[in-house]
Amino acid sequence: MKFGQPSTLPRWAQLTILPALNIFAALLVTGLVTWLIGENPLECLKLLIHGAFGYGEGIGYTLFYTTDFIFTGLAVAAAFHAGLFNIGGEGQAYLAGLGITLTVFAFDKVLPFWVLMPLCLIAAMAFGAAWAYIPAWLQAKRGSHIVVTTIMFNFISYSLMLYLIGHQLIEPGSQNPTTREFGQNAWMPAMQDILAGIGIHIPNTPLNGSFFLALIACVAFYLVVWHSRWGYELRTVGTNEHAARYAGMNVTKIIVLAMCASGALAGLSAVNELLGSTHRMNVLFTNGIGFVGVAVALMGRNHPVGIFLSALLFGALTQGGLDLSFAKPMITREMVLLIEGLVILFCGGLENLFEPILAMFFKRGK
Amino acid sequence: MTDLAIELIGICKSFGAVAANRDIDMKVAKGSIHGIIGENGAGKSTLMSILYGYYQADTGTIRVNGKDAHIRNSQEAIRLGIGMVHQHFMLVDTFTVLENIILGAEGGLVLKRGIQEARAHLKELNREYGLEVDPDAIVGKLGVGLQQRVEILKALYRGADVLILDEPTAVLTPQEADHLFRILRTLKEQGKTVILITHKLREVLEATDNVSVMRGGQMVGNVRTCDVDRAALADLMVGRKVNLQVDKAQREPGEVVLSVKDLNLTDRRGVRLLKDINLHVRAGEIVGIAGVAGNGQSELLEVLAGMVQPTSGEIVYKGQNLGTLKYRQPKAAVLRRLGIAHVPEDRSREGLVKAFSNYENAILGYQCDRSVCKGPFYSRKALVARMNTLIKQFDIRPDNPMLRVGLLSGGNQQKVVLAREIYANPDLLLVGQPTRGVDIGAIEFIHKRLIELRDAGKAVLLVSVELEEIMSLSDRILVMAGGQITGEMAGQEATAPALGLLMGGGDKH
Repeated sequence: MKFGQPSTLPRWAQLTILPALNIFAALLVTGLVTWLIGENPLECLKLLIHGAFGYGEGIGYTLFYTTDFIFTGLAVAAAFHAGLFNIGGEGQAYLAGLGITLTVFAFDKVLPFWVLMPLCLIAAMAFGAAWAYIPAWLQAKRGSHIVVTTIMFNFISYSLMLYLIGHQLIEPGSQNPTTREFGQNAWMPAMQDILAGIGIHIPNTPLNGSFFLALIACVAFYLVVWHSRWGYELRTVGTNEHAARYAGMNVTKIIVLAMCASGALAGLSAVNELLGSTHRMNVLFTNGIGFVGVAVALMGRNHPVGIFLSALLFGALTQGGLDLSFAKPMITREMVLLIEGLVILFCGGLENLFEPILAMFFKRGK
Repeated sequence: MTDLAIELIGICKSFGAVAANRDIDMKVAKGSIHGIIGENGAGKSTLMSILYGYYQADTGTIRVNGKDAHIRNSQEAIRLGIGMVHQHFMLVDTFTVLENIILGAEGGLVLKRGIQEARAHLKELNREYGLEVDPDAIVGKLGVGLQQRVEILKALYRGADVLILDEPTAVLTPQEADHLFRILRTLKEQGKTVILITHKLREVLEATDNVSVMRGGQMVGNVRTCDVDRAALADLMVGRKVNLQVDKAQREPGEVVLSVKDLNLTDRRGVRLLKDINLHVRAGEIVGIAGVAGNGQSELLEVLAGMVQPTSGEIVYKGQNLGTLKYRQPKAAVLRRLGIAHVPEDRSREGLVKAFSNYENAILGYQCDRSVCKGPFYSRKALVARMNTLIKQFDIRPDNPMLRVGLLSGGNQQKVVLAREIYANPDLLLVGQPTRGVDIGAIEFIHKRLIELRDAGKAVLLVSVELEEIMSLSDRILVMAGGQITGEMAGQEATAPALGLLMGGGDKH
């Protein structure tokens, strides 16, 4: 395909058939690898799908991971609409964990749930935003490339948090690098408890109220980015900075704000993890969710609907993969990472691999 | 019948659903200068890209020197003796002329021998065609006219017998253009064939032997140049009668709206882009700024629109000194609110966001205006209604407010920008290249709108590299060269040669 030529595919096909083909190709290669190490690919696929969607607990875990990925995916997308590639979601979520922990430690003995929870949300977003603010400022004022600085800030956050958790926040007398348990008034209600309130009973999983928060974030993201003045400026800066300057927009301010919004969204994933699941802060609780967010945003084409769907896919891969690795000793955690990697490769890097072939079919069909 | 250098038979080429070329037949005689004329988007460039191997035709035959040819890439075109001089030069600025010319034809791993051979060959070509290019000059330091000659030399060095020039005069002064045509005539006398792509009628009439006219992807005429006149060609191009003259009544200008005193702009490297500019624009007056592209006009517009901070000088707008105003927001936004609208020179770089739909582009620059939205959220309905008004007033086609603006033709894109800026009812309109890449029909329309604005008592500052446009629209004409204003003329008294002399008159050339 020559550069600059418009795609010959209708939009609906671009959004449905193409991603489906890409996922299929990724699964095909995974199947090949599985077969090479002596397992039955079809059986593995069945186990994976069953693990993710086949039973109540599996679904709960899948949606729990999905919640994380929605937040980090939206975070990457928010920056992307301003033309910035924020790879620092990991560090921003990690720092947001610090904000939550400090808030809880300060107030969980004195404040009730309805006051403490909003405070925690604000703290998570503020700490995430603050950690994104520094690279943003460096980019806008000093021209330091945001990809480089956000990666570096991930590493800084690892060291900083290891020190803080290991030396300052650690539960006195504990052998593990972890804080004390948060007071119950700082717990995000678990999904089984919420639904029990209206008479629906589901198995116990870490899935919690943050899932609704993620859905709200998706809707808010859509409204702000496509229907607000601020979103308009954001997209203008991201697609044509010259036009933004022509239109009298304050490009520096918009870049900094976009990164702060991105950091705040990434920070909310810490709410899901800490307040919703572990109820204490562990070293490296983020476990790579910030990086998966990059893939989620890429696959979801930076649109909330796409991000929700691809977050669900990655949530399913994470949960189904874990189940699979329990069932099949040959399939390790690394194999699951390989699958995720292949999905990213085919859906992101080789996004248009099948386009010419598909376009041929459409042409012939006419 | 003379021999044919190039023969195209039944060439068709589609991009998706758009047919860029439909059933094109064309014959180019050996040793002739053949013009291809047509509006933007008529398919000229696509046709030449097919001939030069960038695209493959869907159907049809190309014959070079009477033999069928399958040109799959530009290397094959070069091997067949076809050379191309692009509108945007493909030169390495930091290399010498010689180094640029052997680029891609170095003749081995070690440069020395290749360079020596090239130098000898170049000397011969230089003499034969009267190109007068110093092989050891650094290309970046040469003027645009000379750089173009380097491009021609490059093609000749590769043994081109057929030379395709794509809009070669877009960046030249009238004098430089004349020089180019002399060179082309020499090439013709030496037996070379020249294909000249252009949208300027004057050039076709002046320089070519035969002319092919394209419209809407089709070939609508193949004629001998001596058999047609200007009006007939224009009618063929557009497919209907065109009024090339702009009707403009005399009008007494009002008070001074904009006055500029001793304006200077120096860039970071210390290059003086604007030197002691003094000018004023009155209400009800169009002041045209003529000049070859790159002589400070763009910078002047950007300074006046508030996008660039001047180094020194005073800008007074409606009695307010803009330099002493307090700016809480970006200057461009503040000036726009004061009633200075700006149609930028480069609409796709600055004036539009091509990925956005029409209705979104219709508020660019006015995104915070009270008329657009009162709170933080837009009402899509209101924006679409606003766009529909613009579509009606400016006859923008297709009349779909939701369409991505990048899918519109150049003329309609320009109408979107112009409509947006005029809709804001400005007191001063800064216009850069209002008809660049715009078809004749739209040019007529845009010119009419600018005159209407002037007649409504607004001040208009017009920057254009099209002399005809400047001359037919302006009440007063200023000429810029080398960042300075080198002369002023009344609109009625100006002639192209007189302006041309001033255009070449700065220190830069």
